Amino acid sequence: MKILVIAEHDNQKLAPATAHALGAAKALGAAADVLVAGHGCRAVAEQAAKLEGVARVLLADSPALADLTAEALAAQALQIAKEYTHILVPATAFGKNVAPRIAALLDVAQISDIVKVIDADTFVRPIYAGNALATVRSGDPVKVITVRGTAFDAVGEGGNAPIETIEAIAESGPTKVVGREVTKSARPELTNARVIVSGGRGLGSAEKFHELLEPLADKLGAAIGASRAAVDAGYAPNDYQVGQTGKIVAPELYVAIGISGAIQHLAGMKDSKVIVAINKDPEAPIFQVADYGLVADLFQAVPELTQKL
Amino acid sequence: MKILVPVKRVVDYNVKIRVKPDGSGVDTANVKMSMNPFDEIAVEEAIRLKEAGVASEVVAVSCGVAQCQETLRAAMAMGADRGILVQTDVELQPLAVAKLLKAVVEKEQPGLVIAGKQAIDDDANQTGQMLAALLGWPQATFASKVVVTDGKLTVTREVDGGLETLELPLPAVITTDLRLNEPRFATLPNIMKAKKKPIDTLTPEALGVDVTPRLATLKVEEPPKRKAGVMVGSVDELIEKLRNEAKVI
Ligand SMILES: Cc1cc2nc3c(=O)[nH]c(=O)nc-3n(C[C@H](O)[C@H](O)[C@H](O)COP(=O)(O)OP(=O)(O)OC[C@H]3O[C@@H](n4cnc5c(N)ncnc54)[C@H](O)[C@@H]3O)c2cc1C
Ligand SMILES: Nc1ncnc2c1ncn2[C@@H]1O[C@H](COP(=O)(O)O)[C@@H](O)[C@H]1O
Repeated sequence: MKILVIAEHDNQKLAPATAHALGAAKALGAAADVLVAGHGCRAVAEQAAKLEGVARVLLADSPALADLTAEALAAQALQIAKEYTHILVPATAFGKNVAPRIAALLDVAQISDIVKVIDADTFVRPIYAGNALATVRSGDPVKVITVRGTAFDAVGEGGNAPIETIEAIAESGPTKVVGREVTKSARPELTNARVIVSGGRGLGSAEKFHELLEPLADKLGAAIGASRAAVDAGYAPNDYQVGQTGKIVAPELYVAIGISGAIQHLAGMKDSKVIVAINKDPEAPIFQVADYGLVADLFQAVPELTQKL
Repeated sequence: MKILVPVKRVVDYNVKIRVKPDGSGVDTANVKMSMNPFDEIAVEEAIRLKEAGVASEVVAVSCGVAQCQETLRAAMAMGADRGILVQTDVELQPLAVAKLLKAVVEKEQPGLVIAGKQAIDDDANQTGQMLAALLGWPQATFASKVVVTDGKLTVTREVDGGLETLELPLPAVITTDLRLNEPRFATLPNIMKAKKKPIDTLTPEALGVDVTPRLATLKVEEPPKRKAGVMVGSVDELIEKLRNEAKVI
């Protein structure tokens, strides 16, 4: 078994999702090489070298990789992919963009969003918005896998892997990044937060969404999430969306406020340790997964909760 | 420019699925089937590009059983010009679909493919990226805005940190995210008209594509159920429980 983990980063910082992908490598039972492909990204390689379970960090540094496009990253990964039995990538927007490209170019299946390793060829993954779990076995020589971060603990620090520079691709391909609009927030990142306060259409407006949720999140040291309806209505930015087609989260505490609990939303949060729901409709499906349900008008209950905490 | 839109027939998003008691899969007999919601968004975007004079023809393609014809009719009722069915009873996995679509692209020579980002049954999120790779085309996944000007695409993508805008040449593959547009409803006259639009039927064999599944599904189970919680009567009680029972605050 030889495992390659593809690091997610922005040329400066290693994304925490990478340590969760290494958690899946640990479940497979072997140390992994980590590919850091980018430009001016030695600092990222140094961060990766400190993680547990890393055999070597392979640093590919080239202007052609600066934009971190799927085309360039896949081309870089292909240079070394055949040396490995498993290629693990975080199941994030970054990983989902690039992993299928690598798999197709290797003519192998890609296994999406694994939540469990059974053995070197066999994995469990959710289907139908997590309403079923499929155990799948791959017969391909290289397994290209995306790893659901909430299902594998991040490896810790304490490693000291060597960093080896490998030959980087010279051509970036035709795709250029011409703009980035990064959601700025001093709050914890959604997929790593211990507490999440999440708002839905019940908040009624962007103003109320912020007016009610920000102070509560401040008190709890929480990240803020949202339902699709809240994002569609412009109450919150797109990367706040929790669910089947948004982010998958599993905090210690998830507080769902004015969210009905559609299966697509539950798919993203039902593995949270403790779920609280505040909704004025006693029939709302969110109460079926909530550990603590409060039937109340959120416009009264949320300020009261914030004040009493 | 011709636009190709792959549309998948899936269990309707409103259906609460049931796992078969023998663990062999999900029960899809007698449940409502619909076009994958992300593919409706893709069809809508293609039609808008046609209405804007950017595209000349919108061709919907579906791979799978004979009933995928209904999905193609739904796409044509929204405004797609014609349909292509790649018919097979074999279970199709994303790599196989990507290979079939590649073969169709080589026949049809579209300038743009707009697929959904994810099928809501397998939740794979792979096919568009795989197709782009096999064709050697650039890709713009999870699109929330698409602009086409002089043979060039500008696509805004929904990514984990916010938004990213790409510029890429045609031909290319786009996959749609939820905020790209709001798909129209088919009107009755358009549903009638769609019945007369042509559907070509092909097969994997005729396209020379091996669709044998690469992943064997050993079993399908229900996820563990959460145990029922309690209703609290007041904010005070909620705080008390979170502090002393759950110990999370
Ligand atoms: C392809 C597809 C993908 C999707 N992906 C996702 C996804 O990733 N994430 C996601 O969240 N959704 C997703 N959805 C949408 C999902 O089906 C639901 O439409 C959505 O989750 C509903 O959001 P909501 O609960 O905020 O709104 P609603 O369902 O409208 O619920 C609002 C709730 O607020 C309550 N409320 C209203 N006023 C008050 C008040 N004053 N006090 C207390 N409670 C109040 C109401 O009782 C109601 O329960 C997807 C849908 C599709 C088709
Ligand atoms: N059988 C199919 N027929 C047509 N298009 C498909 C099929 N399977 C997947 N697609 C397309 O690929 C997208 C992503 O699917 P997936 O990779 O399975 O999540 C879908 O939204 C469709 O646009």
